[in-house]
Amino acid sequence: MTISRYLMFLGCVIPYRVAAYEISARKVLEKLNVELVEMPEFNCCGLPLDPVSHETMLILAARNLALAEREQLNIITLCPGCAGTLKKVNKMLKEDKHLCEEINRHLKEAGLKFGGTVEVKHILQVLRDDVGLKRIKDSVVKSLSGLKVAEHNGCHILRPREFIGFDDPEDPETLKMLIEATGAECLDYMDETECCGAPSVGVNDKIALQLARDKLSNIKKVGAQAMITICPFCHIMYDTNELRIEKMFNETYGIPVLHYPQLLGLAMDIPPEELAFNELRVNVSKIMKQVCEGEKAYA
Amino acid sequence: MTENVQEAIHASEVDSNFKYEVTKIHGGEKLLRCFQCGTCTSDCPIARFSDTYRPRQIIRMVQFGLKDNILKSDTLWLCAACFTCTDRCPQDVEVASVIRVLRNMAAEKGCIPQVFEEEAKSILESGYAYRIPDLRIKKRETLGLPPLPKGNTESIRRTLKGVSLLEQFEKGGEQL
Repeated sequence: MTISRYLMFLGCVIPYRVAAYEISARKVLEKLNVELVEMPEFNCCGLPLDPVSHETMLILAARNLALAEREQLNIITLCPGCAGTLKKVNKMLKEDKHLCEEINRHLKEAGLKFGGTVEVKHILQVLRDDVGLKRIKDSVVKSLSGLKVAEHNGCHILRPREFIGFDDPEDPETLKMLIEATGAECLDYMDETECCGAPSVGVNDKIALQLARDKLSNIKKVGAQAMITICPFCHIMYDTNELRIEKMFNETYGIPVLHYPQLLGLAMDIPPEELAFNELRVNVSKIMKQVCEGEKAYA
Repeated sequence: MTENVQEAIHASEVDSNFKYEVTKIHGGEKLLRCFQCGTCTSDCPIARFSDTYRPRQIIRMVQFGLKDNILKSDTLWLCAACFTCTDRCPQDVEVASVIRVLRNMAAEKGCIPQVFEEEAKSILESGYAYRIPDLRIKKRETLGLPPLPKGNTESIRRTLKGVSLLEQFEKGGEQL
């Protein structure tokens, strides 16, 4: 039985270099009866160009929303940047008639129209609101109890509060609840809601990496065995760049960084090879061993 | 502090209309509400690691009318758009949006870090902000993923017709 049906808005960075997130998310959503329809002809959400042209961002985002309206389906995204941008523009155009007319003049050139008839949700919101915590708990057949992890929400799923309104930006709970539903323990640490630094890559890499290091170090201090993310950019900052950070600062972290659907997938007893753990940069063998041994002990 | 002494600001460098220019643009409307409390700077993750990026200072410079100093400054491009300042500002200035307005103005003057120009070109050429290698697109099948939807570049270009920044790239002799 299908719980809900969504247009899958992949965005750019996931198909570019974060396949593990997509693979594991699709697996988990399928098991939870969330149906995904591929979104044809979508384009970049617009966020990367907002700094240089707000107008371009608005048009690119509105084009995606208009395409979804044509399909008469709500959008699901895995990337909080895409979710945040599409949500924000959806709200702006619905509330500002004048702006909406202006953007629609652009869309008309391609035979499209924004009408404000679809909703945009990040996967976390779909898991919390559509599937629900109870169903998620029921789907857990292999509790991850004994595993200590730390969450990292990232910025665009939380802020700006006015447009996102999904969770409390100062003390977010959703990801923690979803992690704890797997049986794993979610540890508190300093500066939990701080930025990963990814948007500064390409402008000033050193500042970006210092920010990422700050977080890895705070997580290590509380003894987390892994970090759980829900954003492809944050994941790149911590997983892909962890070795670079270790070399740069002459430190060792060795903290695996998992996409939330990978963690949930393990608890749902989806075989690890189907959850693309081999795509991760930081070695996960230690926590995998613990999870599997836990299973043996249980048996 | 002696090594940090800056040159005096001359009246000729000040554009007293600049602040009104900014308040007329969407996102910059609440600029004049800023009373310089410094919440933005103290909470800014970038300011923690940068010696130069100070959102409070940028807002004050706009209020003073130091247009050229701001728009030509590299510092403007350090903001990570995390929106912490926007959420915590007691005067609801929407600091990150003001910064975005300033960046847009700088971009119109041609001051753009290369990374943005590359992303813009990639979007116009493929629909995606990054050039996704063919190998990755083909690999999707072996990973059990559905084919990557192809961007409709013709449609994207049509909707972006008349956008000054993109026309500027074309005028600059860049191949789009």
